Amino acid sequence: MITWIKGGDVIDPRLGTQKKLDILISKGRIEKLFTPGSFQPPGGGDIKTVDASGMFVTPGLIDMHVHFREPGEEYKETIASGSTAAAAGGFTAVACMPNTNPVNDSRSVTEFVLERARKANVVRVYPVAAISKGQKGESLTEFGDLKQAGAVAVSDDGRPVTSSELMRRAIEYARFFQLPVISHCQDLSLSSEGVMHEGSISTRLGLRGIPAATEEIMVVRDILLAKLTGYPVHIAHVSTEGSVTFIRQAKEEGIPVTAETAPHYFSLDHTAVIGYDTNAKMNPPLREPKDVDAIKRGLSEGVIDVIATDHAPHSPLEKDVEFDKASFGIIGLETALPLTLALVREGVMDLPGAIAKLSHNPAAILNTKGGVIEEGKEADLTIIDFSKEYVFTEERIKSKSHNSPFIGVKMKGMAVLTMVKGRIVWESNELNPGS
Amino acid sequence: MYTFNHKDLLGIDQLSVGDINMILDTADAFLEISSRDIKKVPTLRGKSIINFFYEPSTITKASFEMAAKRLSADTLSLSANESSMAKGETLIDTAQNLQAMNPDIIVLRHPSSGAPHFLAKHLEAGVINAGDGMHEHPSQALLDLFTIRKKKGRIKGLRVVIIGDIAHSRVAGSDIRALKKMGAEVTVSGPPTMIPTDVASLGTQVVLDPVRALKNKDVIMMLRIQLERQSGILFPSLREYSNFFGLNKELLKGAKKDVIIMHPGPINRGVEITGDVADGPFSVILDQVSNGVAIRMALLYLLIGGE
Repeated sequence: MITWIKGGDVIDPRLGTQKKLDILISKGRIEKLFTPGSFQPPGGGDIKTVDASGMFVTPGLIDMHVHFREPGEEYKETIASGSTAAAAGGFTAVACMPNTNPVNDSRSVTEFVLERARKANVVRVYPVAAISKGQKGESLTEFGDLKQAGAVAVSDDGRPVTSSELMRRAIEYARFFQLPVISHCQDLSLSSEGVMHEGSISTRLGLRGIPAATEEIMVVRDILLAKLTGYPVHIAHVSTEGSVTFIRQAKEEGIPVTAETAPHYFSLDHTAVIGYDTNAKMNPPLREPKDVDAIKRGLSEGVIDVIATDHAPHSPLEKDVEFDKASFGIIGLETALPLTLALVREGVMDLPGAIAKLSHNPAAILNTKGGVIEEGKEADLTIIDFSKEYVFTEERIKSKSHNSPFIGVKMKGMAVLTMVKGRIVWESNELNPGS
Repeated sequence: MYTFNHKDLLGIDQLSVGDINMILDTADAFLEISSRDIKKVPTLRGKSIINFFYEPSTITKASFEMAAKRLSADTLSLSANESSMAKGETLIDTAQNLQAMNPDIIVLRHPSSGAPHFLAKHLEAGVINAGDGMHEHPSQALLDLFTIRKKKGRIKGLRVVIIGDIAHSRVAGSDIRALKKMGAEVTVSGPPTMIPTDVASLGTQVVLDPVRALKNKDVIMMLRIQLERQSGILFPSLREYSNFFGLNKELLKGAKKDVIIMHPGPINRGVEITGDVADGPFSVILDQVSNGVAIRMALLYLLIGGE
């Protein structure tokens, strides 16, 4: 079967361009890209047309930071439910962090994750393996075996590596296998029992604070380790002005470091916690307006390479409790795109630039496929209605968990069709109804 | 006539100056009942009040219970070690179970900041915050205002210094808000490790050294040092704390001649305050306790006895 995507504006994030192009897809690959009218596809029955006029067609979005709770906490999210949420959010690939139960620190867990993803058969699922056995921060996992099993990167996300020596050795050792190292930067001794950003709001609410320095100390450490080892470190979920400053400086000095932030860090600040809303509790915490501004500047100037969701599903068991007892994290797959498009409207980035941070850049960092629209490449595509307005309601949520601070919020822009290897994995009924 | 229109008392922020004046005036009227031979009026007959204390408390718990009984309400006091929390029940389940018994008021003390707000969202019964984590303890601040007003005749324009562990104190949290709201000037003092981040956002001045901080103040409020905070991280030892931040006769020489000394209790004699000062002529610590019953009677009355 041939799919013909007609009349869309095709975004090429690598070249930073936007062009009216039709796309012919056959056997899962992009067979032809052509100016509308310049080519007449062969007639006949077995051709499906998708009318993308008025829409943007982009490389399939890639989220390099999600938590699907399988194995261990399937009541929060499974690889199947998470994959469906990803597709509905416009994502064609996700990288799953290893803090499951058991931790993904072995070939068997990595293979299990891939097997579940194959069964779900929705989006591409890339396992990220743990840096240390059991994420205990004591000894390295078998990077080579994990890579052969299908892991695309290593990270002790959620339980960061405290020992600077272990982190140094992890980065050095990862180089041999060309595995990216992703670091969750948090000085655990400084964040201590903190539950929100330390500042005027934590003082007002009587909640224990997590100072910005908690993150920045480790950002600086990992930058210095990248310099020491000469091998890249990718800094996860940057939330503070200081982190942006240090990463900018490192990049200027030519230190191999890349960085991501999450949509909530440029959409909300610590005032969202007022009222003790546990859906405003995440780690790192929502920061101050000046940090939000710095994150936007970092995105605009290319200091921050990637937008990733840190999609962290939790059930009411973990969230409908006292604030300090609630688990950290929010779901993000289904709100990342409209929140990012809001920055495009604000003028922080142009659309190709924003799409690069959601597709091309994470693919480059993870050394995976995707992030481009080219003849001959596998057809991972997202069709975006830039102007569609709607309220993000609980009923829309495809994730098994509903822990989002954006419920009830007016959104603009959505993925109306998501395609993986030429197969449609998500199609909104809001895409040109009747066509 | 002024009406008091609240279902819950979660914190000082929700109260207007008019609300606070009304609470203090109502407490004034109730104060007399406690001095009667028969210390009971039928005002809240048939109402039920649950005192739910997830943390140990003597004075506050006794004060709320006494207040309810003097108004003829039925009271039930639960504490953490005898509650189902010890059996692992969640706060929301506990709330729903209590609601099913249809009480009029739940007085909650809880180690988590915001727990009363959480409970109030899920309950039809009124909720009184009797201390939540490091956040607020509004009835304490109200009884402090009441005590100051009785002793000084006014609150507006007075200079108050609060000395001690400001960062972890819900008493300070409520007192700062209440005093500011009523027009007093507030200074906080204590070791820098115990001064909250961005304390200026609360509208207070900071003078770390108590020697300087208490000069020209009309009111000195001492805070209790929680002995469980003796990890050696916030301050090295009780001995050093008491030497540099404790209130003693020597330090008091620098204070105004008509100063009053307050403390939310229970005091650690010889730590934040010496026994002679606590028992001395400037101390109004026991008045605070007596006034506390009247304030809590006023709160119960205004929340559920008004109709």
